[in-house]
Amino acid sequence: MHDQLIQQLADGILIGLVYSLVAIGLTLIWGVMNIVNFAHGDFLMLGMFASFWLFTLFGIDPIFSIPICFFGMFLLGMLIYRFIVRKVMKGPILAQMVVTFGVSIFVANLAVYFWTPDFRLLPPTILQGTWHFAGIDLSVPKVAASIGSVVASACVLLFLKKTNTGKAILATEMDREAALLMGINTDRINALSFGLGSALVGVAGAFLSTYYYIYPQVGGLFGLIAFCVVALGGFGSIEGAFIAGTLVGLAQTLGGFFFDPSYKYAIVFSIYLITIWIRPKGLLGW
Amino acid sequence: MNKATCLKVDGLSKHFGGLAANSDVSFSVEEGEIVSIIGPNGAGKSTLFNCVTGVYKPDRGSVAFFGRDITRMRPDKVCKIGIARTFQIVEVVSEMTVLENVTTGALLHHSRIKTAIEKADEILHFAGLYEKRDFLGTEITIADKKRLEVSMALATQPRLLMLDEAMAGLTKVELREILELLRKIRSEGMTLVIVEHVMEAVMQISDRVVVLNSGKKIMEGKPKEVVSDREVIQAYLGEKYSAHIS
Amino acid sequence: MRNLPIGQLIVGVVVLLLLIAFPLFISQPVHVHTMILVFMFGMLATAWNIIGGYAGMYSFGQVAFFGIGAYTSSYLLVSHGVNPWLGLILGGCAAALVAAAIGYPCSNLRGHYFSIATIAFAEIVRIVFNNWKAVGAAEGLTLPMDNPSFSHFLFNSSKLPYYYIMLGFLILALVVCYFVANSKMGYYFRAIKESHRVAEVMGVNVVLYRLIAVMISAFLSAMAGTFYAQYVLYIDPDSVMLLPFSVQIVLISMLGGAGSLMGPVLGAAILIPASEYTRIALGAKGTGVDMLIYGFLIMMISMYYPEGVWKLVSRIGRKKTKTSVHPEKAAAVTAQP
Repeated sequence: MHDQLIQQLADGILIGLVYSLVAIGLTLIWGVMNIVNFAHGDFLMLGMFASFWLFTLFGIDPIFSIPICFFGMFLLGMLIYRFIVRKVMKGPILAQMVVTFGVSIFVANLAVYFWTPDFRLLPPTILQGTWHFAGIDLSVPKVAASIGSVVASACVLLFLKKTNTGKAILATEMDREAALLMGINTDRINALSFGLGSALVGVAGAFLSTYYYIYPQVGGLFGLIAFCVVALGGFGSIEGAFIAGTLVGLAQTLGGFFFDPSYKYAIVFSIYLITIWIRPKGLLGW
Repeated sequence: MNKATCLKVDGLSKHFGGLAANSDVSFSVEEGEIVSIIGPNGAGKSTLFNCVTGVYKPDRGSVAFFGRDITRMRPDKVCKIGIARTFQIVEVVSEMTVLENVTTGALLHHSRIKTAIEKADEILHFAGLYEKRDFLGTEITIADKKRLEVSMALATQPRLLMLDEAMAGLTKVELREILELLRKIRSEGMTLVIVEHVMEAVMQISDRVVVLNSGKKIMEGKPKEVVSDREVIQAYLGEKYSAHIS
Repeated sequence: MRNLPIGQLIVGVVVLLLLIAFPLFISQPVHVHTMILVFMFGMLATAWNIIGGYAGMYSFGQVAFFGIGAYTSSYLLVSHGVNPWLGLILGGCAAALVAAAIGYPCSNLRGHYFSIATIAFAEIVRIVFNNWKAVGAAEGLTLPMDNPSFSHFLFNSSKLPYYYIMLGFLILALVVCYFVANSKMGYYFRAIKESHRVAEVMGVNVVLYRLIAVMISAFLSAMAGTFYAQYVLYIDPDSVMLLPFSVQIVLISMLGGAGSLMGPVLGAAILIPASEYTRIALGAKGTGVDMLIYGFLIMMISMYYPEGVWKLVSRIGRKKTKTSVHPEKAAAVTAQP
């Protein structure tokens, strides 16, 4: 029982770290543009498929396809911003929410059209196997994915805090009008942020593809969980998303362990609701 | 004639984190008076307003309205018992017409739409907005928006009207018109408490002036007294005022 | 309160007569079924309009109330033999109570935060029903098909009675929406939509009115749910509790024109036949082409017609009483000499 609990804790942290990376992308977009990207989960799916096809067709191991996923999704994100999101930003907030639902449905079904709804799984790659450590099983791909997420999150944070472009993004996040007044080209920042957010979740998809089922509709659930993570961590807060991702992962596994595994997502969503009632700005939000 | 005490603020204090936005502020307002609250930026004027009208809950002290304790009362209840207010950044319903905006206020005491609209029309005539009653909230000038906001407040049939920096951004002509309107409102029996920066307006309209600085009340008295008080001048008016009273 | 323009009233009566006559002339089941869906989604979109269009509470979780209505009446029928008409009312009440329970803590949420909370809520409801053995869990409930009659809310031989009942429900929903919009509630909802502060400062108890709005909306949505259950005679979490269903409701209202009385119905009249017939023509192979078109449509509507189609339609044959006048011109109207 004790061992099982530790296993759940470990699994929770592992999946939680991946959630963190997914959520960081989402919170960045949200913080900078005040747009809720309901298609975020579907970008995750695209990252997963990109990794899958790069391996299946060209034999490129997922570790090496990560940069390709990053740049590919970055570009896609910028394009979607430029041609779709930018148009609705001047319109009613309802249209802003609905349009990303449209993108979500479109992208998911584009995947169905080209790749069929079948479930796919990557065969074991460079990182494979299971470590047996202190009485628990740690799947190597899962650990690699989690370490990858931590590294990616750290890189993003460094980028935002240390580079000029990054600081401009943070400034726009904190006060849009002030940023404009300071000569920051907020349209360019928007495009960059949307691109970066999409790139991060694409990379998360590449990490996930090493051990998770790959199919067109996989984005739905991850997207919803990402919202919960963002809300828990505080809208716009990168550090918050990081911490919250881990907490949500733990809530999921521990909730399933102590109550009923079928209800684990209901528990996650309930935690979201309770957080938003007590602390509307989330743990670290402003 | 023995006038009732309309508003009594006693020992009001409110902090945000380490900042004491209001520190032990006390003053009272007689029925039918026009009292202005002045002070440099950050003096705590809007916080005071928000504490009186229920938007913030004060940490210490009390607020009484015609003898009734209203400290920590919900904003909509505060309105129901007779205190109406406007905001520093003017707030009207942009998707409704001028008439619909005022009707919403009138609905508080007249539940039937037809009667509420009649009352709203009356107020629009009073405030000089009747010709524009079908324009949307987004389609009128800032001066008219302020006038509309005041009308919406009047529609709730208050006994005390509190205006937060109503004169900001107005031309000389618009200023004169607003002051005209405020005098009209007072002559109908209303009590007014206004937060103001525009000293010209304060001097012309106030019966008394309360001065805040850094969260504390530093003086109150007749406009001329306040303006010549050394501490007030030091705190706030400085050279700026002499430019205004030419 | 503005009186409805005469032109629109006449058009409305004509349309109503046409709708009543429709199934008597065009009786192929597929077309009658499509119209029934138009009415049902028209009702759901109108119910959404009360909270979303008027009060600015953009709910993406309406399907939860639809499902609660469907499950309440169906469970009571299957397990306790309760008459579906009574089940209809009980389902509505159940949904309204749940709406109040979830609405109260969400009273301060606006915009995105409110929307995501509704999604989270609806998902919780779906997961609960998916695992709740007493109501069939993932297998759902199958409703009895014997003893068809009006009093049993069951008709086997033709879709016509369902058509007229759903049309009746839709009209009921529109009447409710009309009264809400043109009453004190309507004004208060619109003030709340602008900002809580503006509403409060005019004496509106924001929490109370938001609760009233969601309860009315939930009740109407649940009614549609019971209808659906009695029409299709089988319900499960995947058919009555999925997120895309809620999104469709929002989309329909937005396309037609949120905040107007007839907008949502117009949206349903356009979108439902479009999606039904595309699905029939292209969806069978499972390639997702019909959904591709649907997703594309959503994007186009959001980008180019976010205010909805009703605004364009209603200008026809009505004197413009609200003018879009530049503020300076407006000032000139009453400028002092």
